[in-house]
Amino acid sequence: MKKSLLVVSLALGLAAITAAQNGTVLLNSAGATFPYPIYSKWFDVYHTAHPNIQINYQSIGSGGGIRQLQAGTVDFGASDGPMTDEQLSQSKFKILHFPTVLGAVVPTYNIAGVSGELNFTQKALAGIYLGTITKWDDPEIAKANAGVKLPNADIVVVHRSDGSGTTYIWTDFLAKVSEDWKKKVGNAATSVNWPAGLGGKGNEGVTGLVKQTPNAIGYIELIYAVQNNIPYGKVQNAAGNFVKADLAGVTAAAAADAKNIPDDFRVSITNAPGPKVYPVSSFTWLLIPAQIQDAAKREAIKGFLKWMLVEGQKYNEGLTYAQLPKEVIARETKAISLIQ
Amino acid sequence: MSNVRIIWRKSLNFVMLSLTGIAALGVVSILFFILGYLIWNGGKSLNWNFFTQLPKPVGETGGGMANAIVGSLKLLMLAALMGLPVGLLTGVYLAEFGGKTFSFVIRYTTDLLNGVPSIVIGIFAYSLVVLPVKHFSALAGGVALGIMVIPITVRSTEEFLRSVPGSLREGAMALGASKWKTIVTVVLPAASGGILTGMLLALARVAGETAPLLFTAFGNRFWSPGFEQPTASLPVMIYTYAIAPYDDWHRQAWAAGLVLLGLVLVANLGARLLLNRGSAVRST
Amino acid sequence: MSAAATTIAHEVPPQAGPRAFLRRLRGGDEIAHLITLTFSALILLITSMLVYELWANSHLSRAKFGWMFFWTRVWDPNFDNFGAAPFIYGTLVTSAVALCLAVPLGLASAIFLSELAPRKVSDVISFLIDLLAAVPSVIYGLLGIFIVVPVMRTTIGPALIHTLGNVPYIGALFHGPNYGVGFLTAGIVLAIMVVPFIISVSREVLLTVPREQREAALAMGATRWESTWKVVVPWARTGIMGSVFLALARALGETMAVTMVIGNAPTIAASLLSPGDTIASTIASQFTEATGDLYLSSLIELGLVLFLITFILNGLARILIVATGRGGGRPA
Repeated sequence: MKKSLLVVSLALGLAAITAAQNGTVLLNSAGATFPYPIYSKWFDVYHTAHPNIQINYQSIGSGGGIRQLQAGTVDFGASDGPMTDEQLSQSKFKILHFPTVLGAVVPTYNIAGVSGELNFTQKALAGIYLGTITKWDDPEIAKANAGVKLPNADIVVVHRSDGSGTTYIWTDFLAKVSEDWKKKVGNAATSVNWPAGLGGKGNEGVTGLVKQTPNAIGYIELIYAVQNNIPYGKVQNAAGNFVKADLAGVTAAAAADAKNIPDDFRVSITNAPGPKVYPVSSFTWLLIPAQIQDAAKREAIKGFLKWMLVEGQKYNEGLTYAQLPKEVIARETKAISLIQ
Repeated sequence: MSNVRIIWRKSLNFVMLSLTGIAALGVVSILFFILGYLIWNGGKSLNWNFFTQLPKPVGETGGGMANAIVGSLKLLMLAALMGLPVGLLTGVYLAEFGGKTFSFVIRYTTDLLNGVPSIVIGIFAYSLVVLPVKHFSALAGGVALGIMVIPITVRSTEEFLRSVPGSLREGAMALGASKWKTIVTVVLPAASGGILTGMLLALARVAGETAPLLFTAFGNRFWSPGFEQPTASLPVMIYTYAIAPYDDWHRQAWAAGLVLLGLVLVANLGARLLLNRGSAVRST
Repeated sequence: MSAAATTIAHEVPPQAGPRAFLRRLRGGDEIAHLITLTFSALILLITSMLVYELWANSHLSRAKFGWMFFWTRVWDPNFDNFGAAPFIYGTLVTSAVALCLAVPLGLASAIFLSELAPRKVSDVISFLIDLLAAVPSVIYGLLGIFIVVPVMRTTIGPALIHTLGNVPYIGALFHGPNYGVGFLTAGIVLAIMVVPFIISVSREVLLTVPREQREAALAMGATRWESTWKVVVPWARTGIMGSVFLALARALGETMAVTMVIGNAPTIAASLLSPGDTIASTIASQFTEATGDLYLSSLIELGLVLFLITFILNGLARILIVATGRGGGRPA
């Protein structure tokens, strides 16, 4: 008896500690890891400003964001790659895309004696990841880097092992610039069957592998290269210029394509036209059901979106994300009313 | 037999026996290394905030794991409520009532369930609870852990009931008590120390389980009210913090590791003490 | 406890039967029997549901790939082509490495504890080793990431490449780039995790070997080691094998520690330094992320495969341990 009393009182105690205050709206969400730093900042700030709204975000990867939203186990998802037509048609309910921030994916490398920025042609990156370019002193790499002494060493290719929006952006770029890539590996996807290389888990895993492995190349989100202070190369854009990834180049990419953005905001801005554009850039999206039965949750999500488009954007640059272009913010603000 | 051969045999004897000693010493020192490293690394990261605060936004230093500690306790409680009664009563059945064939089937199934990898239990709980309810929840995590508690409890309960001397049972029945009365008033109390130990060990074992929680209890950056919301737990927090790139998260992962290991080891030590207090039938 | 019992009692409809049955029912014995029986049956139900869920939810994958699932070396979510071969390979290799390290170490320790150490010392050490078995796997993973991986990357890996890497035949095992993560690292961490099981069960089995066996050998002039190795160990052979099978079953299904140190790449490579993936680690890192239905179904089929492997191994271990005349040993 004493024991069961103990259990009951413990149960009540735990329930009491964690009981929700009346009227608190709890939202669960999951998805992309790349915007995780800014999202967790937003949800924390928003919770402080609106104590009755609590948004739990778990960064399980873009693929996971799509999957769990479709399965109905989260209230909304997040992804670095827009959902495909097939994925949308498989869903039992309509899903809306809301761009939140912009980011860039950069090629990072670790070559003894090369500390400067390398220039990568589009062909070189596709060749390296296809496994057709295997040496650092390959003519395709050398011709864009006159004056740099490249070693005659095997390239160690590093990619992501988990389903990842970073991979989506990277493969989206490679598929756009290389016919071979499209044929062999396919279109952009969160996970692909890599022709070459080894896998690291998460942006951090790839960063770690590149840092530790001589003659390695990897692709990571800009923020990880900046935080870890490792070299990353310039990438040739559609205009033929070699551009270093920074917030201006990313915003230029978004602005260049702003007029072509369709009503559902599903747009790829990799390899966008324009002389200053950084070509491996992308929006990242929140995936929100068009119909939300629970009125309290619906209003909470709409409220958060409105806040994110105005107040939220102010936090972006501190965390090295680019702000959304003005036109996009205006159009998104209108689109919020589609949530019913 | 030549002298050389004797010397050879004697040296072999000496070398091999020393090697066994070194091996045993090596294994034990692994334990002390793990303990020492965790205490050193976790200890210097552990502070009051760790127990009282919620996690901070990504990349910001500070914050704690209060919600994960409470989350783990909640999951353990659910696991105990679901797993222990089933384990106990099945153990009673096997020791006191079981027929031959059916008992064999149950014992075999219990062993099988005990051997199922925890990640597979996770898949099971996901499709059994999460998908139909359409919610990651503490409840789903509790179900996964509860299932894991059952087989351990069954086997230890049966073992301890069986070691209660038959004379005790016969004595009670000779006094006219029915079988169940004998079990409840004589046999179970006699074995209670051992049975409780088994239960405690079962809970200690699942307290550190991570894999079955990844897609059942999921995770939560805030407090998780009630049992129908996703909840943070210590093991999952250790996993996600350990593979993240932030130094402050690594620091907290060590602290959480120390707390978790402390809980598990205290439970194990407690179980031994309970067993040695004398009420239990001693097992090897 | 009593509350739970009463509610269940209502759920068990007392069938009208012979009078004797009714009388016993009133006495409570049959009720108690039925209650405990129901709970036992619950275990059967849970286990069969588990098998059913795995079977039913892997339907898509089984229908599409059939037996080819086991031979296909590709894991390609983009073209919906899935094969388990790299993961089965990774699971077997890491477990094999773990056993190669853990069996000699565990058996040697067990011999020391049962044959050489005074009983008191032996009990204390065994107790400590049992504590080692209680350390949660995520903590092994934590130590793996921050201690074993860096040591492998900077010290052990290069040392192996420069020494064993040049030996013919086995050189292929220690070849190519060294990342710190990989089959060998996972195997080492697994070895540390399973060694307590081998010691604990083997020691018990060795202690059951009759005293006369040892004394007879010693009386014949055998050294201590000879009596142990040629008489005592063979006597306990089957039980020791059983402990190895238990350890193997645990190594095959181990998830977190392996996921954290294996490198997560679906590769089949001869080199132990190469990154890989096991069945369990693949499920852990991809289950919530699987976008397509077929993708998810293939992951669940992996779960089914893992279940079947452990099912067979547990059966074998049980047979072996029972064959030595000792029941069960410690629960694994």
